[in-house]
Amino acid sequence: MAAKKQSGSGRLSVAKTYKIYINGKFPRTESGRYFTLEDKRGAVIANVCRGSRKDFRNAVVAARKAQPGWAKASAYLRGQILYRIAEMLEGRREQFISELVLQGATARAADKEVDASIDRLIYFAGWADKYQQVFSAVNPVSSSHFNFSILEPTGVVSMLAPNDSGLLGLISNIAPTIVGGNTCVVLASETLPLSAVSFAEVLHASDVPAGVVNILTGYRDELTGQFASHMDVNAVVYCDGGRKVARSVQEAAADNIKHVIARTKTDWASDSAQHPYLIRDTQEVKTTWHPIGV
Amino acid sequence: MATPENKLAFDDGWQYSPAPESTDHIKVKKRYGLFIDGNFLAPEKGRYFDTINPATEEKLSRVALASEADVDKAVKAARKAYGKWSRIKPAERGKYIYRIARIMQERAREFAAIESLDGGKPIRESRDIDVPLAAAHFFYYAGWADKLEYAFPGRKVRPLGVAGQVIPWNFPLLMAAWKLAPALACGNTVVLKPAETTPLTALKLAEVVRDAGLPDGVVNIVTGAGETGAAVVGHPGVDKVAFTGSTEVGRVIMKALAGTGKKYTLELGGKAANIVFADAAIDQAVEGIVNGIFFNQGHVCCAGSRLFVQESVADEVIQKLKDRMETLIVGDPLDKNTDIGAINSARQLETIERYLAIGQEEGGTMYQSSCKVPKEGYWCRPTIFTGVSQSNRVVQEEIFGPVLAIQTFRTFDEALTKANNTPYGLSGGVWTDKGAKIFRMTQSVRAGVIWANTFNKFDPTSPFGGYKESGVGREGGLHGLDAYLRLEA
Repeated sequence: MAAKKQSGSGRLSVAKTYKIYINGKFPRTESGRYFTLEDKRGAVIANVCRGSRKDFRNAVVAARKAQPGWAKASAYLRGQILYRIAEMLEGRREQFISELVLQGATARAADKEVDASIDRLIYFAGWADKYQQVFSAVNPVSSSHFNFSILEPTGVVSMLAPNDSGLLGLISNIAPTIVGGNTCVVLASETLPLSAVSFAEVLHASDVPAGVVNILTGYRDELTGQFASHMDVNAVVYCDGGRKVARSVQEAAADNIKHVIARTKTDWASDSAQHPYLIRDTQEVKTTWHPIGV
Repeated sequence: MATPENKLAFDDGWQYSPAPESTDHIKVKKRYGLFIDGNFLAPEKGRYFDTINPATEEKLSRVALASEADVDKAVKAARKAYGKWSRIKPAERGKYIYRIARIMQERAREFAAIESLDGGKPIRESRDIDVPLAAAHFFYYAGWADKLEYAFPGRKVRPLGVAGQVIPWNFPLLMAAWKLAPALACGNTVVLKPAETTPLTALKLAEVVRDAGLPDGVVNIVTGAGETGAAVVGHPGVDKVAFTGSTEVGRVIMKALAGTGKKYTLELGGKAANIVFADAAIDQAVEGIVNGIFFNQGHVCCAGSRLFVQESVADEVIQKLKDRMETLIVGDPLDKNTDIGAINSARQLETIERYLAIGQEEGGTMYQSSCKVPKEGYWCRPTIFTGVSQSNRVVQEEIFGPVLAIQTFRTFDEALTKANNTPYGLSGGVWTDKGAKIFRMTQSVRAGVIWANTFNKFDPTSPFGGYKESGVGREGGLHGLDAYLRLEA
């Protein structure tokens, strides 16, 4: 339960329980464990789920199940759903701002982060039916064949979200992954986890099918190995990891030749942090040959 | 009822009950001014013209007739707005256009009903095709606003300025979307002239533009006939011209623009070949032929108006086509059962009927379905001509009505030669189960869009436009951006 002050009218406010998001539902961690989020003065903000390996495995099952259907949705529909997420987030600006402030941001910084998050969703919504046009090719092969290469989603993506940007960093990584037809399991920022859980509620209200995005909270050190090694995950995105982490992630990913996408510390608020190569990171290239003749 | 003459009588003796779309929810004003600089203004000379329902010949509204002075005012408003609109942050420009898309989606049914009332097209088409595609077009191009550098690698992109756009009456709202969405996304401002027989949805779109909060003058809509259109494309303050309409007018525009250095796109006439090979899935091909020529009363520049059937299956295909034609319901555009609505105007009906006479005089055999048509309004039964040859006028000229000219062929090369024997090159169709044959045909037909085992499919992401005398430039997709940008080093 998140600790909240009594409101001015003498009424006791009702605090939110922060839970994880798996397969379109909000369970507590199966492990029953928690960690405490405190403000600068040491007061308890919330008891947050300390997600487990088992939570992660459950989430991968959900993501795998949801993936083919999500990939089959038309690009237009995926774009509209991302746009819908932005609409829902816009409607909840105040909640997200106050949550960021609760976690230590200044009001001004929180305001800017929420604005940038909404606009980032719009940015990637727009890419839904365009990245294919930018990255695909018709290949002028020498034989009499019609030959073309298109992008296809790699499948299930595990993701260790940026630690220092609880909302914008999270969205900047989720949006390009799902807009390309992947599903994902995300570990929220360990130090700024609240926005991720509330963002799950936004996803839940935006016609995003269950299982497309799954969000866990917990300890990064404990779960990174699982995110990197799970045999039914096609790509792992990890943000802000040092050289040591990079090595261990790549070693673990090698067992099923996972794609490893390392994203170094980034100023997610800058315009240069948004580009379609973030989409391409979790795509495969498929080439089709077809004869031409009678 | 199923009789030997009518083998596909789906109703089996039962009649379809009327299923009219309600119109009590739509708002059409008695009179519309010109949408200039964010307001509806009375025309300078005070002249108005009627827009009527072609299914009943009843007046729907009175619409301002824009004179040269009005067009000048609109161009000046667009010029004034251009400075701000072209410099606004591209992502924010995109968000304005997303708003247009969303509002159109919210008001979709109203737009569909008005489109059918004003233009005569079946509500099923306006509801399921015109309006959703128009909204999708805005949605698609909204996303491009802040991504243009990815469309043209190695170049810097700049907007052109004020775009003068003139659109036809066959897809009034959709053509407005095709014109406005990319122009706005690229940072241009616009003066748009809808066709004189179908101005209403463009004027409703002006309301949407206003409700979306676009800065005044970014979109200006002036109504009128050919003279107004000429004033728009000929105005010295217009930096780019986009025209969809006849090849005849396209030629005039191209000449008028000669030497001005202005960029232009022309989407003109067509006489598409729809080629059916013996190895095609015949029933699907027949559906494709019907869709190809009878969609939107045949008022489609890319209509599959020349059918080429391989000789060995010609009798079968033609018989099945006739059977299918018998099931088509011609009538009230607002009725959800209607397949073919009203011909758009008295003038167009005259044109079509003139061609029906010419086709017969030239020796073609005309066949029309036997359906009843209403007494009031403008109607044409689905029509095919057999026994025609390449030199016949119904084979060579664009009729823009539900009239199909059928010829046969024996070999691939014969089909190809006949298909390409036209000054037009907008679209084409090929029906066969052999993929290799499809690709050889799509490589060889000189046209901008080729449909294989389908016909008349449109999508915002897919470029559309013609070879040869069917036009210059493309609309839709990534390639449609080109028309509204200057590419610099």
